[in-house]
Amino acid sequence: MSTVAERSAARKRALLEEKVLDELDDRLGSSKWLRSALDKVFPDHWSFMVGEIAMYSFVILIVTGVYLALFYSPSSAVVVYHGPYRPLDGQKMTQAFESVVNLSFSVRAGLVMRQAHHWAANIFLAAVAFHMGRVFFTGAFRKPRELNWTIGLTLLIVAMLEGFSGYSLPDDLLSGSGLRVVFSIIQSIPFVGVWLAFTLWGGAFPGTSVFFTRLFVIHEFLFPLILLGLLGAHLGMLWHQKHTDFPGPGKTEHNIVGSRLWPQYAVKSAALLTFIAAVIFGLGGFVQINPIWVYGPYNPARGSAGTQPDWYVGWLDGALRLWPHWEFRSFGHEIANPFFPGILLPGIVFTAMYAWPAIDRRLFADYGEHNLLDRPRDKPLRTAVGVAALFFFADLTVASATDLIGNALNVSFELLIEILQYGSFVAPIVAGVVAYKVCVLLQVQNAHPIQRPVGGVMVRDARGAFHTLGAEHAHAAPEGNGHEAAADSEETALEAAGGEPAPG
Amino acid sequence: METLHDGTETPHEEAFELPRVITGTHGPEEGAGAGTPWPDDVPPEQDDSWYPLKDDPRKARRMEYLIAALWMVTGGCGVGLMICYWTGGQAQVEGALLASAFGCLGAGLVLWARYLLPGQDVVGSRGEHYSELEERAAVVASLSRGTDAMMSRRGFLVKKVLVPVGGIFGIAAVWPLASLGPRYGRALYHTAWYPGARLVDQFGRPIKASDVEVDGVLTVFPEGHADPNTPQNAMSPAVLLNIGGALMHERKINQGFEVKSGGNGLVCFSKICTHAGCAVTLFNVLSMQLVCPCHQSTFDILEDCRPVFGPAPRPLPQLHLGVRPDGYLFAVSDFVEPVGPGFWDRGGPA
Repeated sequence: MSTVAERSAARKRALLEEKVLDELDDRLGSSKWLRSALDKVFPDHWSFMVGEIAMYSFVILIVTGVYLALFYSPSSAVVVYHGPYRPLDGQKMTQAFESVVNLSFSVRAGLVMRQAHHWAANIFLAAVAFHMGRVFFTGAFRKPRELNWTIGLTLLIVAMLEGFSGYSLPDDLLSGSGLRVVFSIIQSIPFVGVWLAFTLWGGAFPGTSVFFTRLFVIHEFLFPLILLGLLGAHLGMLWHQKHTDFPGPGKTEHNIVGSRLWPQYAVKSAALLTFIAAVIFGLGGFVQINPIWVYGPYNPARGSAGTQPDWYVGWLDGALRLWPHWEFRSFGHEIANPFFPGILLPGIVFTAMYAWPAIDRRLFADYGEHNLLDRPRDKPLRTAVGVAALFFFADLTVASATDLIGNALNVSFELLIEILQYGSFVAPIVAGVVAYKVCVLLQVQNAHPIQRPVGGVMVRDARGAFHTLGAEHAHAAPEGNGHEAAADSEETALEAAGGEPAPG
Repeated sequence: METLHDGTETPHEEAFELPRVITGTHGPEEGAGAGTPWPDDVPPEQDDSWYPLKDDPRKARRMEYLIAALWMVTGGCGVGLMICYWTGGQAQVEGALLASAFGCLGAGLVLWARYLLPGQDVVGSRGEHYSELEERAAVVASLSRGTDAMMSRRGFLVKKVLVPVGGIFGIAAVWPLASLGPRYGRALYHTAWYPGARLVDQFGRPIKASDVEVDGVLTVFPEGHADPNTPQNAMSPAVLLNIGGALMHERKINQGFEVKSGGNGLVCFSKICTHAGCAVTLFNVLSMQLVCPCHQSTFDILEDCRPVFGPAPRPLPQLHLGVRPDGYLFAVSDFVEPVGPGFWDRGGPA
């Protein structure tokens, strides 16, 4: 098909590639590794993209963040605003706040960059959380990947802190209230709390002139560095151990089915990056986020109804609202109220998450190695625990918006808070039990929760041909193990589609 | 399901492998993929030059045009972005152009990968991610050789000297952390209020008892400390309320810190929430309650701001008010207890 010109161009290209790779190999001995890297196989499933979404939003966070850092001023010096945003004209504010208003209104493309940065942060955390849920419910954290679960969880925690520190930089009324709450939470820690809070803030709240310098260094240097290091380790381990995959036709514990890194996977992955960029910059241009000029500069004597943090901190804010008015005093000391929901609760939650691979091993007496994933229904207990945890987080997150919801539904926030207090116990238990039952039911019925099972039982005859025995035999299958049935229906679908592989 | 997770049992796998469309062979021995990994990722003889539009050059050509068109939109958006930037910038236009540019670039890439690039459903080997037993033994030997040489007969150097010295030096290394913040001392026990301090508003203007109407509310600061954005002043904002003479008599709890004159009854409470330190900014005049917007702690003004709902564990401390002969309000003293959220050394019942 190809013309003479095309063939000669291909020859030239090949010669150039050979030369470059040769020169590289002379110095680095890179060919062996490069070859296996280019030929590396990555499995395709939509849920495996979510981790990539997280990674690519992080890329966009770095790019937009560098741009913002060129204009942000981490200073608490007081200035009087005279700029294009008239409602704030003549107001006293910190230089930090002024610089964010200026980079939004006076720097070209500044507003898009800032809003894209904030949207990217929310999407990043959402993707990390979703990715973690996928890894949990499919048992992808099992041996040999427990270490990477630990790194991933640390990434989540550092990402939360990174997000919160960035949200706090503009020194607006909303984020200032958030910092005030965090100061109180740190102050509540027994023995060292007050010292720690004063140490971080350089003095009593709202901190001395060093505070925003520190927050800026933490947000644009310390945490990103940790995130980059952890991300490198995360990907390195993934690369070495190779990706897990769902069980299915042709898939075993020892092979991996998918597309090669070069060219298909790389091109698809690049496409994912550009799609995420499209969504994030679209949101950045069209959907307002964190309009600090509406909130105004921070002032410890002011506040406003509708004080909500970014979504990923919502569960902690909700916990602060739901925890009763208890604090404990004896021997001249006290454990202050915010310690329990603000330190103890996340401490317990994250410890349990770190420990989960070890718990899971003992729970299912399964110390073996796994490259093929569980379907959530096949481990009802794990699925129930995960669903219960999700409902717990959801209850707390809803609690962080009690005032807004109460306003919208015309219900008192007192009633909502009481409901959600009970809900934080009842909802996880009920949801966990229901999830368990649903899993068992799905196992028995061998049904996909949203798809009708296709066809009946597949059999293979002596010559290797496949036959469908018809639906009346499908009911004889329950003693099968579920995977078989899923594989069966997929194969039937394959046949119906003329041999095209079914997605997933 | 365990049979499937355990790759050594092959009958099921064999049955699964055949119907899948794979553009190449399965492994060194047909159907016996499990347990016999290829030396490399993908069997070298696997032919995967096939792609969906390979056999339909006309469709492939049309696909090329479509992809080219999409990428040209990206280029057009780039020109648009430059013009937009040149003419002063506009957030929505920039957003639309960036989204279209990236979206079209990505759409072209996906179509290219999906229809014109080979490589779907390649079967690779997982290989081994762990080392052979001999290698493990060898690494243990290497480690022990070194540690033995270090520790035998000279273990005391490490145990009795290096570890304690390292500990001391480590503490010395983090010692400068102490200079990050001042010694807090009794900082949390005091605010900027002082005996005789006149109550001023946010602009520093002194307040007279007659300035606040019944049901009126005003945020007040100690004279000379009206800017709360400093570590010295941040805990001193207070709420001055006129709850009227009649309600003044109905109070169930009463520390006697108020000022009465005629129909006026003025009380003043710390504005810093005893839960997490937010400003208690919401005043419900119907129920005579102060509500914190952060976590909905609710304080009953007629019970000297006892917390009646929400997470706040203690009442808002009350400021002891006085009236000067010239009518200006002043504080008799600082708050008699620490203001704001709790801490380890606060101690004692409120």
